[in-house]
Amino acid sequence: MDGSAQPKRLLWQEAVIEAIHAETPTVKSFRLRPDSWTGFTAGQHVDIRLTAPDGYQAQRSYSIGSAPDASGTIELAIEALPDGEVSPFFHDVVEVGDRIELRGPIGGHFIWDRPLGGPILLIAGGSGLVPLMSILRHRAVVAPEVPAVLVVSARRYDDLIWRTELLRRAAEDPNLKVIVTLTREQARPGLRFGRIDMGLMADALAGGLPALTYVCGSTPFVEAAANLVLAAGVPFESVRTERYGGSKV
Amino acid sequence: MATRGFFGKRPSEGESGRLPPGQYLTEDFPVLSAGPTPRVDLDKWSFTLKDGVRPVARWTWDEFAKLPHVKLTRDIHCVTKWSKFNTAWSGVMIDDILAEAGIDPPTAFTLAHSFDGYTTNVPTADLIGGKAMVATAYEGKPITPDHGGPARLLVPHLYFWKSAKWVNGLQFTQRDEGGFWELRGYHMYGDPWREQRFTGD
Repeated sequence: MDGSAQPKRLLWQEAVIEAIHAETPTVKSFRLRPDSWTGFTAGQHVDIRLTAPDGYQAQRSYSIGSAPDASGTIELAIEALPDGEVSPFFHDVVEVGDRIELRGPIGGHFIWDRPLGGPILLIAGGSGLVPLMSILRHRAVVAPEVPAVLVVSARRYDDLIWRTELLRRAAEDPNLKVIVTLTREQARPGLRFGRIDMGLMADALAGGLPALTYVCGSTPFVEAAANLVLAAGVPFESVRTERYGGSKV
Repeated sequence: MATRGFFGKRPSEGESGRLPPGQYLTEDFPVLSAGPTPRVDLDKWSFTLKDGVRPVARWTWDEFAKLPHVKLTRDIHCVTKWSKFNTAWSGVMIDDILAEAGIDPPTAFTLAHSFDGYTTNVPTADLIGGKAMVATAYEGKPITPDHGGPARLLVPHLYFWKSAKWVNGLQFTQRDEGGFWELRGYHMYGDPWREQRFTGD
């Protein structure tokens, strides 16, 4: 799997926005239908390209949150960053029916599919949940027997993207453990409070060491999470990371 | 195709000429890597030149520190779209490493290797002639582990994934052998000005 996920050439194409949903106060999800889409591997991203009337262009990468399926659509979840160029455009301007340029899928490392097996440990900080959600949703379809632990760190309860679905999956899936920690709001029943730490990681690893660990989030979050799992004995080579690049997105 | 309602936040005139297509300027210094940050002990650090599988020169940290160090201030461009201007590095030029080893580059292709198993390919011609260095300091201080310290390759005219973090050697190869990202769909050369992000760009 790893290394073979890319086509020979990635061409720009258009996609129509089919649905928009406010997931949290700062995150909206967008369902896109590209004109020609041949599928992707869970964990991959697309590049978006916006063009101004005078030809000026801006590009950004966004992870796919939906699982690979036969719908011909993909779901992106985009966090609005106050000084951003592209994310505020998505939040304030984009409407259902708009056409947006994209190319992809991209990425041959931060991916998971059934042949890679498990157990898997997924650790998400904020909107770092997006590619991990794709993996989680895909696993539920193709390999529900693979044990999975998802750690999600969010500022507040209302900042948890796909909260209803996550809590439902946690309740219904006997092979899935979901650990939510809130960093800026006192804990609610069943949730933790505070930044990820050794205690949380001990809980996440209580069932044994994962074969693969995926960490996604801001740079400080990924550094902290990766160091914690290494300190807990998870082999270096089994940890895959994806960090946000750039502040002005 | 113009995107409905998009006008963008343009860089200033002074900036735009220095920004390759599709890039935006950032003031901070994002960190990107495929795995955790390795902690490389200076006592165990070494840098090796190889011709194929044959080692031709090797330096410990103390030996490497005695090689001539120079400063290099350059704009850098990451394939994830951010660019950063005037990044100030110091280290040892690849030209000086080769001179110290007493060799001319034996082949036209080079594979850089890192302590974490990362690899990336760079044509030898892009490493010599004052174009590239093994950097050991950033803005006058030792490079922090998350940015590739103790030492990273610096090839600033190519996308920054070519500037391998935690570098521990250069291997001259007979053919152009793809490295970690190049085998996962990223461009073999990676010129930001020609926007060579992915295979076939």
